[in-house]
Amino acid sequence: MKTKLTALVAAGMMAAAPAMADLVVPNLSYRTGPYGANGTQYADGFNDYFALLNERDGGIGGEMIQVPECETAYNTEKGVECYESTKDSGALVYNPLSTGITYQLIPKVSVDKKVLYTPGYGRTSAKNGKVFEWVFNAPANYWDGASVAIKYLLDENGGDLSGKKVALVFHNSAYGKEPIRTLEGLAEKHGFELSQIPVDAPGQEQKSQWLQIRRDKPDYVIMYGWGVMNQAAIQEAANIRFPMENFIGIWWSGSEVDVLPVGEKANGYKALTFNGVGMDYPVYDDIKTHLIETGKASQGGEHVGSVLYSRGMYAAVVISEAIRKAQEVAGTSAISPEQLREGFEQLEITPERLAEIGLPDFGPEIKMSCDNHGGSGMARLQQWDASAKQWNLITEFTEPDQEIIAPLIQQDSEAYAAESGITPRDC
Amino acid sequence: MDQLVFAAEVFLNGLMTGVMYALVALGFVLIFKASGVFNYAQGVLALFAALTLVGIQQGQVPFAHLINAMLGTHISSFGWTVPALLAILLTAGVMVLLAFLIEKLVLQHLVGQEPIILFMATIGLAYFLEGLGDVMWGADIKTLDVGLPQGISDGIEAVTGEWFGYGFFIDRLDIWATIIAALLVAALVAFSQYTKQGRAMRAVADDHQAALSVGISLRFIWVMVWSIAGFVALVAGIMWGTKSGVQFSLSLIALKALPVLMLGGFTSIPGAIIGGLIIGVGEKLFEFLIGPMVGGATENWFAYVLALLFLVFRPQGLFGERIIERV
Repeated sequence: MKTKLTALVAAGMMAAAPAMADLVVPNLSYRTGPYGANGTQYADGFNDYFALLNERDGGIGGEMIQVPECETAYNTEKGVECYESTKDSGALVYNPLSTGITYQLIPKVSVDKKVLYTPGYGRTSAKNGKVFEWVFNAPANYWDGASVAIKYLLDENGGDLSGKKVALVFHNSAYGKEPIRTLEGLAEKHGFELSQIPVDAPGQEQKSQWLQIRRDKPDYVIMYGWGVMNQAAIQEAANIRFPMENFIGIWWSGSEVDVLPVGEKANGYKALTFNGVGMDYPVYDDIKTHLIETGKASQGGEHVGSVLYSRGMYAAVVISEAIRKAQEVAGTSAISPEQLREGFEQLEITPERLAEIGLPDFGPEIKMSCDNHGGSGMARLQQWDASAKQWNLITEFTEPDQEIIAPLIQQDSEAYAAESGITPRDC
Repeated sequence: MDQLVFAAEVFLNGLMTGVMYALVALGFVLIFKASGVFNYAQGVLALFAALTLVGIQQGQVPFAHLINAMLGTHISSFGWTVPALLAILLTAGVMVLLAFLIEKLVLQHLVGQEPIILFMATIGLAYFLEGLGDVMWGADIKTLDVGLPQGISDGIEAVTGEWFGYGFFIDRLDIWATIIAALLVAALVAFSQYTKQGRAMRAVADDHQAALSVGISLRFIWVMVWSIAGFVALVAGIMWGTKSGVQFSLSLIALKALPVLMLGGFTSIPGAIIGGLIIGVGEKLFEFLIGPMVGGATENWFAYVLALLFLVFRPQGLFGERIIERV
């Protein structure tokens, strides 16, 4: 009986654990808790793209991809536990979709030699590959987002924002506070007045903040929110009749779930994005054929094409392209995390390559290097059409103001290197 | 002068927000009063009620994800919608059924146990209901629309604009919440004062053993109290769900009710209302006057500081019963 039980447990463990030759990409997701509605869609997109590669192409370079999922509930401690419990399973790369978890994992990944990929979130100055050897955050970071938003406002105002008032409504956390220094620099450069309005998590009650906005009458509001904070803010903006076309969210404040609860009054709200919107991309035909129709799509494919699903899928696209590059450079399909890091540093995703993948013009061109782990930082704007219930892209990809951002990244990453005893490498 | 007018607007909005907090606190008070149990699951009850209301209203098939996963089907909706009022009544029915099940499956087995055991049971219940809500109705954010108006009240803006040269912002949803809360409190007070069941509830609250000895069924009272608390949770869920959609965060509104309870007392219905108003006004005025000096976002912690300050002078809360234990 005891032998049978041992054999059963061993068989179970073998079935659960990925085969050693597989490419292991753990998905530190959150489908429960206050941010579960957002995390679920992102996780579905992330899972489905790898599932598509497995089903359609037999994996990458002949290696199947395993995506073991671990629930973090957007909780930093649980996120670290997930990392610790999966890192010895052959894991190559982590994408925890949480700035808090990212901050905890940054020192760990450099010791454990794992790649940390944080597209559009995490520590902004991780763009400096000389200091953050194992962290990548292309195609854009929080500071890029702030700069692209201001560039858009400059375009809207004939290149002059002097005398204008811009309010930053932000999640009162490490994430929400990220753009402050950039916006302060941009305010000084362009002569606009910046006010900072923090919202404590989760952000369900924002009456004080929007009464302040009503009194101060800013010309524009930029929001760095997540979860219920977004819906509450857009609702309160509608309540005080703040013009939606002057309200711009970062990419984490621009999904369908943020605007749908507000209904018609959310019409015209804008948000940044670094990935395409809608279903008009050939890759979705493949997802339909290989995953939805065969019953292999995450949750039956109910979120396919949503903003957050597309962003999760885009993260998987970048990781899979980096794996491909790593296999090419290393001359082997069964790569190690060190080789994947090389793949990331030599990664180049051209518009032609995106079109080949079935995602033409879906993201900005990405070109990484030893010292640039953040790409070009380009982003674009989308606007909500409440009657059609869809986002429409309203600008092309725009470059951020590197004159402001580059010195800040240098300064912040050097400070991190000094406090962590890291000697920046030569690139 | 401007600051004074702005402060008056903040004060009024604080009162309205306080009513919203009080709606959540009421559910806690009802159960604590009747059974001495601090119901940790009250916030989740509000979430569950709101999820059920939206599900019924939109004709959603309960457990659709589970059914689809097990049977390979693709069902999600019955294809009909239910009028708001009927959906509210049906949801109230579900909350009564839930109360019955809670009594049958949880509380009945814990009769005579220490309050801390019952409290622990409600923690388990909260996690169970969170999961049940997700499995039954899905984890997506849902739009709740029962026809309540939202947005600035034009009339108040115009009148105050004429009086003070600055039109006040008052949300029409908050006005409705105030009216509904007033009706709810009046109904609860009338029920507990003037009905047989209400008097039985108060008797149980005073002394379980004495109530049992005169033939009051403890089980019936518990089902009744949990049903009423479920209905109050439904009202709170409607108000908060209308504001920002029905989603997990709705359960976290319980955190806003705690300082209200500390301040108003755990056993007083008027205490929940007055406590809510004091917390609402206090946190809003503090944010308005002091917030800019300390970087803002003071409301979450200030509500607790305010409650603690009151506790220094009245440990039982403003309206709570003073507990005297003879040794």
